[in-house]
Amino acid sequence: MPEQLVFAMEVILNGLMAGVLYALVALGFVLIYKASGIFNYAQGVMALFAAMTLVGIMNGQVPFAHLINSTFGTHFHYFGWNVPALLAVILTMGVMVLLAWAVQRFVMRHLVGQEPIILFMATIGLAYFLEGVADLMWGSEIKTLDVGLPQGINLWIDETTFNIFDYGFFIDNLDIVATVIAALLVAALVAFSQYTKQGRAMRAVADDHQAALSVGISLNFIWIMVWSVAGFVALVAGIMWGTKSGVQFSLSLIALKALPVLMLGGFTSIPGAIVGGLIIGVGEKLFEFAIGPMVGGATENWFAYVLALIFLVFRPQGLFGEKIIERV
Amino acid sequence: MFYREAGDFKTSYTADSQTFPIKFDRYRYYVVLAVAFGIIPFIINDYWANALLLPFLIYAIAAIGLNVLVGYCGQVSLGTGGFMAVGAYACYKLMTAFPDVSMFIHVILAGGITAFVGVLFGLPSLRIKGFYLAVATLAAQFFLVWLFNRVPWFYNYSASGQINAPERDVFGIIITGPNAPAWATYLFCLIFLTLCAILARNLTRGTMGRKWMAIRDMDIAAEIIGVNPLKAKLTAFAVSSFFVGIAGALFFAVYLGAVEVGEVFGIQKSFLVLFMVIIGGLGSIFGSFAGAAFLVLLPVVLKVVGVDVLGWPTDIVAHLQLVIVGALIIMFLILEPHGLAQLWRVAKEKLRLWPFPH
Repeated sequence: MPEQLVFAMEVILNGLMAGVLYALVALGFVLIYKASGIFNYAQGVMALFAAMTLVGIMNGQVPFAHLINSTFGTHFHYFGWNVPALLAVILTMGVMVLLAWAVQRFVMRHLVGQEPIILFMATIGLAYFLEGVADLMWGSEIKTLDVGLPQGINLWIDETTFNIFDYGFFIDNLDIVATVIAALLVAALVAFSQYTKQGRAMRAVADDHQAALSVGISLNFIWIMVWSVAGFVALVAGIMWGTKSGVQFSLSLIALKALPVLMLGGFTSIPGAIVGGLIIGVGEKLFEFAIGPMVGGATENWFAYVLALIFLVFRPQGLFGEKIIERV
Repeated sequence: MFYREAGDFKTSYTADSQTFPIKFDRYRYYVVLAVAFGIIPFIINDYWANALLLPFLIYAIAAIGLNVLVGYCGQVSLGTGGFMAVGAYACYKLMTAFPDVSMFIHVILAGGITAFVGVLFGLPSLRIKGFYLAVATLAAQFFLVWLFNRVPWFYNYSASGQINAPERDVFGIIITGPNAPAWATYLFCLIFLTLCAILARNLTRGTMGRKWMAIRDMDIAAEIIGVNPLKAKLTAFAVSSFFVGIAGALFFAVYLGAVEVGEVFGIQKSFLVLFMVIIGGLGSIFGSFAGAAFLVLLPVVLKVVGVDVLGWPTDIVAHLQLVIVGALIIMFLILEPHGLAQLWRVAKEKLRLWPFPH
């Protein structure tokens, strides 16, 4: 087999893995959008916030330590204990539920019935707010996150491919774990929205707020639930990205990467988010591999957006989105 | 008492359709102009120019530009930073290629080039609407920044990849470079802001502005009553990008002097200008001024209060600033979705009846 083709295959595989991670973030967007029609820009910052909280709890950091210390002249930073990873994840989930409640209580409840674009801008404000709070609580330096997920090159794939192609593929164990977790997560979410009472209520709310209200579904409860689920997805995404590249500000920028994924797949479709993520992941890796060296590299910065832009011109609702019907 | 139409008789159509029909407003406008042109240049110093006045003037131009697109035509754009970069780089290329031509012409040409690029990226808006368009404009943002970073022709093959503004003058007065006096740079930006504001105000009051607003309120209905969406949307993109390009050119050449494109014209800049428009008020020229003033002042005030008065470290103040800006945006959207401009309008309504509200 020609060498270039083997390289390309490795690139495609790595692209698929990266795509899964994009899809993970995009999933959080889709959930909230489907249930409340809100395009939640803060999803990426929520992932950052979740990851920072997780690290903070695991290391026993004192929240707002920097602020307290400089206001009162004290000097404490750590409680002096380490929390086991699993417990820390559960505690962080609690924080995310609390956050969901706060967002619903203080922001979204007051904006019911506003235009979608106003809601979108409110979530941009929320993103700034959360980012500031996260930095104040846990400090803005880059942290490493290790919850015990396997990392490093997968030797089995390396050996197997070496035997077949005379060239060992480099696939990170973490990416494989992420793929498995993403698959489980999607399955769980689909099962949740199809077969549980709350899931059905959620879909009813997404379909028609008024009708859902009239059959006795509490909008408040559903929205808090949806934001909590989105918080959970953000936590998972935060753990994956945090383990991969450290917990830092750039984590919140993956939200921007998730936008073209959404546009490709359609805002309203969970499978769309997955397929869109894979297309973007493979597309940008292949483009960088094939065209990148000719034009100076770093095409990953914009390829996804331009691809989505060109795609939308031909199919404005995305691959799996509901057809947009406009009436006067 | 003093703020009312009563007794202010209009005897011609021109007088009736003037920008400020109420006498008090008109005089206030003249006073503001007189202070801005006649007094401030004599008392300005470097600190005030660089910390407050220049950023305010330049951001106000950018905010007016974005307001034309978002507030008047309803096309949300997240590509402002990218378009400002186009203005900056166009200005840089012109400045270095034609050193003898006046800066005025360079800045306006830079705006024109940006308008062209804006129309190019505005083309998808004919098919894509709402959020989808907002995300599509991100393509402009990331692509343009990448382009200016990677193609050496744009930064004249300089080793650092930065662009530096050479010294250029207008009528013999140095405007750019480190030796430019504060009053000259201030006046230069002020003239552009005044021209842009007058132009924008009159465009939005005229046929073009009404078409934009029709498209904003409901594009299909507008199409049915005979507004050409192609023309309306593309002119909005062109006019908006023209202003944003001018702002970018001034930001680079007059204010900063040296620019690293990813840092200065990144996605954060797009959001900053968008926030100015939201906080100031969508669809209001005054709002663009108010929003720009507010977001330029806020960090300075926070820094003075936090660092100098309370003695906090600068990083805490920087984080607090994020929290406060975020909270303010949410608060504005909840309490007053039409921004500072609406507060001003309400105040004016109250003033008209004051002191006898019934």
